Parts: sequence; C-alpha cells; structure tokens
Amino acid sequence: MTELSDLAALVVSRARPDEEVEAYVTRSRTTNVRAYGGEIESLSSAEPVGAGIRVVAGGKQGFAWAGTLDEDVLADTLDEARDNASFGQADRFAGVAHPDGVAPPPLDLVRAELLETPTKAKVELALDLERASLGRDERVTGVRVAMYSDSYGEVAVATTTGIEATTEAGLCYLYVSPLVEEDGDTQIGSGTTAARAPSDLDPERAVADGVGRAVRLLGAVKPPSRRVTVVLDPEVTAELLSILGGTLSGDAVLKGRSLFAGREEEAVAAGPVTLLSDPTDPGAFGAGHVDGEGLARRRVPLIEGGTLRGFLYDTASGRRAGRPSTGSASRTYSSTPGVGAPALTLTPGTRSQAELVAAVGDGVYVQEVSGLHSGVNPVSGDFSVGATGLAIRGGALAEPFREATIASTLQRILLDVVEVGADHEWLPGGAAGVTLVVRDISLGGA
Amino acid sequence: MLDPSLVRRVLDSALRTGGEFAEVFAEDARNATARLDDGRVEEVTSGRSRGAGIRVVDGETTGFAHTADLSERGLMAAAEAASAVARRGGGGTRMVAVSSVPEARPSAAVLPETIPKAIKVELLTRADAAARGEGSAIRQVTATYADSRRRILVANSDGLLATDDQIKTRFAVQAVASGDTGLQTGRESQGFSRGFEFFDDYDVEEAGRVAARRALTKLNARPAPSRTLPVVIKNGGGGVLFHEACGHGLEADLVGKRASVFAGRRGQTVASSLVTLVDDGTMGSEWGMYAIDDEGHAAARNVLIEDGVLTDYMYDFLRARSEGREVSTNGRRQSYRHLPMVRMTNTFLVNGTEDPDEIVRQTPHGVYVAQLGGGEVNTATGDFVFGMTEAYLIEDGAVTEPLRDANLIGNGPEVLTLIDVVGNDFAMGPPGTCGKDGQGVPVGDGQPTLRVRALTVGGTAA
Repeated sequence: MTELSDLAALVVSRARPDEEVEAYVTRSRTTNVRAYGGEIESLSSAEPVGAGIRVVAGGKQGFAWAGTLDEDVLADTLDEARDNASFGQADRFAGVAHPDGVAPPPLDLVRAELLETPTKAKVELALDLERASLGRDERVTGVRVAMYSDSYGEVAVATTTGIEATTEAGLCYLYVSPLVEEDGDTQIGSGTTAARAPSDLDPERAVADGVGRAVRLLGAVKPPSRRVTVVLDPEVTAELLSILGGTLSGDAVLKGRSLFAGREEEAVAAGPVTLLSDPTDPGAFGAGHVDGEGLARRRVPLIEGGTLRGFLYDTASGRRAGRPSTGSASRTYSSTPGVGAPALTLTPGTRSQAELVAAVGDGVYVQEVSGLHSGVNPVSGDFSVGATGLAIRGGALAEPFREATIASTLQRILLDVVEVGADHEWLPGGAAGVTLVVRDISLGGA
Repeated sequence: MLDPSLVRRVLDSALRTGGEFAEVFAEDARNATARLDDGRVEEVTSGRSRGAGIRVVDGETTGFAHTADLSERGLMAAAEAASAVARRGGGGTRMVAVSSVPEARPSAAVLPETIPKAIKVELLTRADAAARGEGSAIRQVTATYADSRRRILVANSDGLLATDDQIKTRFAVQAVASGDTGLQTGRESQGFSRGFEFFDDYDVEEAGRVAARRALTKLNARPAPSRTLPVVIKNGGGGVLFHEACGHGLEADLVGKRASVFAGRRGQTVASSLVTLVDDGTMGSEWGMYAIDDEGHAAARNVLIEDGVLTDYMYDFLRARSEGREVSTNGRRQSYRHLPMVRMTNTFLVNGTEDPDEIVRQTPHGVYVAQLGGGEVNTATGDFVFGMTEAYLIEDGAVTEPLRDANLIGNGPEVLTLIDVVGNDFAMGPPGTCGKDGQGVPVGDGQPTLRVRALTVGGTAA
C-alpha cells in the first residue's frame, strides 16, 4: 500500500510554477456494532479513503475532492481544483500554509490494542452493554441503541510551500440509550464511554449514566416559568463551549460575524471563566499533532479570568488579521480548511457538583439540552434551548422537570457564570465537560 | 455503473455463508459548490464519491461493508466482510437472478454539469449586490450555490434491480445586519430536485433582498416571551413542526423498539380532526423526492394521519420484513457508506379551509412565526423543539413587533391535538436536511397557515 505522505507529495509535485498546491489525503479503518434483543443488529466495517486538493493561483482559490486514492483520479482532481480556481475572485490573503517552525506536540494517540482487538470482542462489548443496561433496573424496558464504534485514521498533508505533515489517531467508544418506564411514563437516557483502546473503556459507567439519567426523569412535569440559577451538567457545558468556539473564530471576527469582534482585552466573562483550546492535551479526544493545513497543533488561551485574550486562526484568517495561524484549521478531505476548536476547556474550580448544588440552594439542574442548532444564534448571541433536568430545592436535587426552555444570550451567560466545578473531564464531542453554575437564566414552562 | 453479471456474482458470494438476503447499493455522486463571502467569490469546489455498500441480512442481524473499489476484487472483498455475520452455512448454491439494468431518467431538464461555472458564480455576485443594496446596516453577506448529481444502482437477492439519477440544485443567502442592538442574521434558501432550469423562475436578487430584510427587521426585535401562548405559523414556514412533532415518531424502526410515543396507536385519534398528514416521495420536483428509495423501491405517497386518526407508520425493508408487510418506500441512506433506515421524504399537512388573515384576526394575543429553522425531537417522550428565525408578536388580532430568535417547545401528541385552525394557503417550505443517527438526507416539508392553541415560547421576556 502506498504511503499517504508519498501520495500527497506526488500530487504536489504536479503543481505548475505559478500556483500553490495543497494535498490532504486520509485513510481510516472503522468498525461499528449495534446490539439489539440479545443479537447483533448490525455489524459494519470499512476502510474509507479520500483526498482533497486545493489550488491557489493569483490569489484565487479552487478546491476539489474525491473519495478515492486512485492516482488517475487524483490527477483529474488536481485539474478540477485548478479549473475551479480560475472562477474565484482574487484575495491577497488566500494561500496555503507555510512551515512556521513550531514542532507538533509529542502525542501518542494510537494504541496497538485498538488495531489488534478482534471483531468478536467488539461484538461482545456491544452485547454486554445491552444486557447490563436491561439488568440494571427493573424499570428498564428496552434499549434503543447499544453500540460499540471505533476508528483509526491517518492523514498526510503536503504543500508546494514545504509542509510535509502526518498525523494519526485511534478512538473507540460505547454508547447506550436505555428506555425506562414507570406508571405509563417513558423516559430515555444516554451513557457514553470513550477511550483510545477498548480495555480503557468503562462500560459500567456508561450503563450507570444511561439508566440513571433516564430513571431520574420519570414523572417529570413542565415547570413554571421563572428566572433561575442553573447548574449545567458537564455534558451541557461541553455543548455550550462548542458553540462559543465558533464565536471565537478569527474568521468570524474579521468578517463581522462574531459578537466578540473588537473586544480583545475587554472583560467579556465573569472572573471564574478561563477558556482555552488545548489540542496538545493527551487526554483530549480532539488532540492531534497537526491541524488541517499541516501546522502544529498548539495551546491557545482565549479567555483568562474573564478577559478576552485572543481568537483562533487558520492561515488565511491569520494573514487577514496580521497574526500567525494558531494551528486551528479544521476540515475533512471533502472540505476546505476553516477555523475550528477541537479541544476547548474551562479551567476547573475547586468544588464538587454536590457542593455547587448545595451552594445554589434554589434553582434547577439542567441534565440535557436540545435544539442547539435551531435556538442559538452565534452571530447575535441569542440563546434558547429545550431543557430537561431536576429542580434544586434546599440545596439538594429534587423533582424532575421536562418540556421547558432555558434562555439568555451568550454574552450574558458568560458574564453570569457564578462558579466552575472541579469535575473536569474530556468528552468525546471535542470539548471538556465540567459543572457550571450560571445565574439569571429564563426558564420557560407553564 | 456495474455490469449485471458482476452484480449477480457479488450477490451470490454475499450469500455464501448462509445469509437470507443480500443487497448491493452502488453510487456515483458528484457535487459542485460556489461560495461568496465578504464580497468575494471565496471558493469554487467540486467533489466526487463513487463506491458500493453491501448488506447481508441473516435473521435479525445485518452485516455491512462498503468500498470505493468497484472492481470485482473490491466488491468481492466487501461481500465477504458483510457476510461474516452469517455463519449458519447452507448457502453457496443459491443463484440470484437479476435482469438487465433499466435506464434511469435524470430528474432535470438542464444538467447543472453542462452549465459553465462562470454563470453559476455570477448568480452569487448578483445576490450579494442585491442584499447589500438594502442598506448600509447590511455588513456581511454569504451566498452559496450547490448542485449535485447522484446516480444509484440497487440490486438484491430477491431479484430486484433498479437505478435512479437524482439531481438537486440549491441556492442560499445569509445576511448579517449591524445596529445599536448588536448583530442580527437573516437567511433565505430554496432548492429543488431539478437541474439548472431552477433559475429560470427563481430570482436570486430577490433572495438576497429577502435575507437582508429579515436581518434588518430583527435589529428592531424585542426579546421573545418566556411562556405558553397561542402560536400562528405562516404557510410554508413551519412544516418542520410536523417533522418533529410526529414525523420521526412515525418511523417504524423507532416504533418497533418502542422508542416512540406513537407506538401501538395505529387506528387511534392522535391529532385534531383538522390534521391530515402525508409523506410523499413522488412529489413534483420537491427537495425530498426520488424515483426509487435507497433500497430500490418506487417512491410512494403515504397518508400518515387522516382527519386526526393515525393511519400508518413509515417502513423500510427490514422493518416491513419483520412485520410481514409491504415497504412504504422510506428506506434511505446518506451515501453508499451508510446503512439504510426509515426516513421521511416530503412531509406535509394538507390544506384546510380558513382564510389565513382571518386566523391572525381571531388571535387576540400570541406569536406569529413566519419562518422556522431546524428542530429536534425526543421520540421516546414526544418532547420537541424548533427554532423561530422570523417571528412577530400578535396583539389584538394583528401582527406587530418583530421578535428575536428563540426555540419553541412542545410535546408531539399534545400539540397535534391543540391545532385549532388550518388555513387554505398550502405552501412547501425551504429545503431541509434531516439528521438521524449520524446520517443526513434531503427532506421537504410544507403546511398551510395554522394555529396551535398553546406552545411554550422559550424567550427571555416576561
């Protein structure tokens, strides 16, 4: 099998003198097992490949991709990208990355065990997950999904400007969503565990989370509308961070599409908020050696003690801003690079979730949110999502609620953060989870 | 795309370990996009994805493998991987008969690939200029053109062999306006299962102006209420309500796992008698239409709810097989790299009789939603949300001040019974992408103007 880096170099060697060319080629191996009713519901395996080729000539950018590594098709794809470039409009900041001398972080993201685990063992993990969930609580009536999934991916990036980078990573996870029923009320929960190798997965925890989170919502009713202090579950915080990541994109800022434009060095958040993007942390599932343009991943401080310190840049947005790339180009082979934040994390505080709930006294604990893509406008900052969770009464978790909304603006939420929990943990979505206390949120219900 | 004799050999091989059913899904997909941002055509792209997915079913178990290598060697390797789940033996002698490949008719009068890229790019610059012409408060405009062509071939061990040639064209404009209250966004998009003839009667400049006006209007918007109110939804602006409130809950895979509040309710009244809901894959050139679904069956029109009574669920091959019934032709997949599952096509509420203006006049106080964004549903509980991206207050029977973006939340089975007026002005909405278990497929939705007696509006105002 041809080395990916050789293929990338081959594409780049066909560049014409007056053009910049970037080749991004990838190969992966995936397995997905779903269990249902004590049997394998489906078993999928594949080795997908693909290549994306970017041509910049005279400041005009063209791109073409193909879901193959066939050399003849790659030659056609380069021609197609070149043709596409002739129809763009010139931008003096357009161009591929140049080597910047920053060394990729020394990360070992591939465990031999992941590649060596037989399919049979993966199937057992999925079957066990379903079985354990059904046996966990007598109120569990079924399991919608019990799944084992893994992937191992390799990427090579080469450019006419001298970038020659490779990165590889492996990941596996278990996901379960149990259905529970009591007195005619049905609830569904979800539990996940992710790791670099199957032996590091924690199925017991996925089952406990999945069943526990469903059971405690049984009997939930619509709460009265009011202003409350909310305690966000670590998973909800991680989803909130992912949205904030988009607003901290240098590209969005420069194009007037970010609520943080022109606010560097201003207090945009409460004191407890320190936010950074850290794909160099080996614990982060979004960790990586290089970004989508082949530049080293690096640690980027975004908000420190509530003060906005900077934004994330890829090569083009960095040039436009007169700043170096922060190694934040995110992409797949079928898309051009764009600014992304693969590993956002809040600096944890000192108190446990139980201590935070006790300190809040009266409010709501939000276990899950929905409609993030429909109810949050990252340009205006308007924030409104569906929420389920538990009331907080007398400093303890109390009765469950459902069919409610929580609303504010992203600007207000950051300023209204009261405290960050100590329970920091990297989650498979790319951001780190941690309990977050935010005051003055509109709870919409009856 | 594939020679029928090769397809037959691959199906034979896939059944060698004793599987009961095998299927080859081959796909050759191409797409082209052009995007204008910040006043410049930033990128013109094109892509090609070609490959096959092979499925083997044995009892309740499905094995699946896919490959980008359409040679006999590549397909045989995928067939072997997919068949590894069936280990009962006893296969191997079954001969699969498949007929010759019928010619698929492309769903386009003018193939987009025959149109020079310069003409596609020019649509973007015209939309940009028109949007910016709406005023200096318009600070940013993004315009996107996209076309795709997807040729598929489906063959299975029941002797089915079918092909389709699916062409789609789409255009979208997003504008950002800036004012004293900060930034606001407006969006307009349209798309059809048609070729470039779409632009014969679609005015891209008007699209730019509409997006700009939506953003400008919201600069003066007040925060949405935070409570339960009557909500009137404008025709063509809110079909997503039904997609989320009950569409997903009527998908037989979720029903079969009892992960839907609509399980066991066929034949029962589940909605107001004003509600007749249809899912129609044959519908004109709508975004969610096709000639065959991704399991090779001819598209169909299915009535899901008739006069408030739940008539049927939607089925794919596996669910229909386990219940011993016909498919409803709702088996779809994102690409050859995905397993098919039950999906909607074009889902819509049929026309009622009321004058839409009268519906507003008869609403003393509430919210008027002109455009909804996406949504999300928990099918197990029926709770769903959907976002309003253009909305106004209704005061004393008249549409008044604009509202900032917010989600609405409701419970599917409850909301369906709370629909108390349906207008006579049916319209389809903008093209959508429906996500389920990690797969996105194009879907359409539509409805006449209607009122829901009580929905929770998730704003921040009292």
